[in-house]
Amino acid sequence: MKSGSRLERVLEAGHFAFTGELGPPQGANVEHVRKKAGYLKGIVDAVNITDNQTAVVRMSSWGAGLIALQEGLEPNYQMVCRDRNRIAMQSDILGAYAHGIRNMLCLSGDHMQFGNHPLTKGVFDIDSIQLIAMVKKMRDEKKFLNGDEIDGAPQIFIGAAENPFAEPFEWRVHRLAKKVEAGADFIQTQCIYDMKLFREWIRQANDIGLTEKVHILAGITPLKSGGMARYMAKNVSGIIIPDEIIDRIVQAKKPAEEGIKFCVEQIEELKEMKGVHGIHLMAIEWEHRVPEIAERAKLLPRPEV
Amino acid sequence: MIVANRKTLEEILSMLKPYQKILLLGCNECVTVCATGGEREVGVLASEIRLSRAKDGEPVEIKEFTLERQCDHEYIDQIRSFAGDYEVILSMACGAGIQYVAERYRNKVVLPAVNTTFLGVTLEQGVWAERCQGCGECVLHLTGGVCPIARCAKSLLNGPCGGSSNGKCEVDKELDCGWQLIIDRLKELGQLDKYEEIIPIKDWTPARDGGPRKRVREDLKL
Repeated sequence: MKSGSRLERVLEAGHFAFTGELGPPQGANVEHVRKKAGYLKGIVDAVNITDNQTAVVRMSSWGAGLIALQEGLEPNYQMVCRDRNRIAMQSDILGAYAHGIRNMLCLSGDHMQFGNHPLTKGVFDIDSIQLIAMVKKMRDEKKFLNGDEIDGAPQIFIGAAENPFAEPFEWRVHRLAKKVEAGADFIQTQCIYDMKLFREWIRQANDIGLTEKVHILAGITPLKSGGMARYMAKNVSGIIIPDEIIDRIVQAKKPAEEGIKFCVEQIEELKEMKGVHGIHLMAIEWEHRVPEIAERAKLLPRPEV
Repeated sequence: MIVANRKTLEEILSMLKPYQKILLLGCNECVTVCATGGEREVGVLASEIRLSRAKDGEPVEIKEFTLERQCDHEYIDQIRSFAGDYEVILSMACGAGIQYVAERYRNKVVLPAVNTTFLGVTLEQGVWAERCQGCGECVLHLTGGVCPIARCAKSLLNGPCGGSSNGKCEVDKELDCGWQLIIDRLKELGQLDKYEEIIPIKDWTPARDGGPRKRVREDLKL
């Protein structure tokens, strides 16, 4: 075991993992985090705590992650390269680990321009692949980036994100290979709507043997309405929603129910797909619907590990 | 070349408010090529200031002068005989030129008429684009001659990020994704194997993060 986290134990035991997502509040509202955590406890193996997602200032991901931990929910601490240099990153990793955080997701971060402080200076001292390698070095070599010994090395289960749908498509799987080479233990993908394209991507990953080296969790975000489907398809970079899916949600009598139904169908197909080791459900501001989705997709009960 | 944009007339007038005698100083180098601060632009700006002051009934005396370079003291010293006749020097050179003029005329207020923006190229008549951030440690041999520091919005050394879509950057749909350009170029060169290698964490000390930079060539010193 690298970290002994629940997520690692589930995956290493060969179970189909299930992770969720919790977006911290735009403030120090602890109850907000506790309430969201309450919906997910016992339902997911670990919960991603987002790091100032879309570059909007929120409670820090380690801060909210500690509240999740108090609530009995295992956090997957997200860290982006946008806001901190290598000094702050290594320091935050040590602090988070000292308080019981065992999983990390290493990300580049949405550009500052999309957020609520677009006038800021982006840091990007290192990139997400280099961050993966840095956490691995801290864990396995027990050394800081500069080679100094760490007094109490953080044993972190290292995650990375991958977008199978970004361009240039034929080279995405090679970037995944670089993340694996850098030291990623698990991958959570961008939200999948185009199952055909995803099948092609996972086939490529299987073909070059990547799925034997890394656990891939397929990213799913339920569509809540026709408006959301149209908005995401048009405005969110790197997300592809096929027209027939948009039409299906738009034309449904109860779009939210249809969204959940589609999401459950996707999970059922993904469970059978070679190379997919779990689901990462990003139910944005819809945490209370996660138990129902998990139940209907037959992801419950979660295994004892 | 160094590319700069002229400041708005409003901002320039606001800086000049306390002054009547102005030495407006152009530069024949980069800012001339990018049509921001050469002799022609000095003439245009001088006319705009004069017109505005005349409209407001406020007197102004402007001397227009364009130096060969504002980044070499031998040229800057050419204004020594008459600089004292003016209350303020308004420079249209890049930030380096403006500062060097200020260094050479320590008792004179020196004001910037332009915003210095980037190291770039002329794409077509009237269009300039950034190509280099002067990071001090070139990686172009690894990236097909396309700079990830200057041309990726996040300066990723191992891109592209998930925001690359149809060859464009998530920041601006008109902006090419730097990493798409790198991959395309590597493909053209038959060097795609270079993409498979992870570029290690960068040493930023040769860039600005090591403090202000200086280069000394002992063999050239007099």
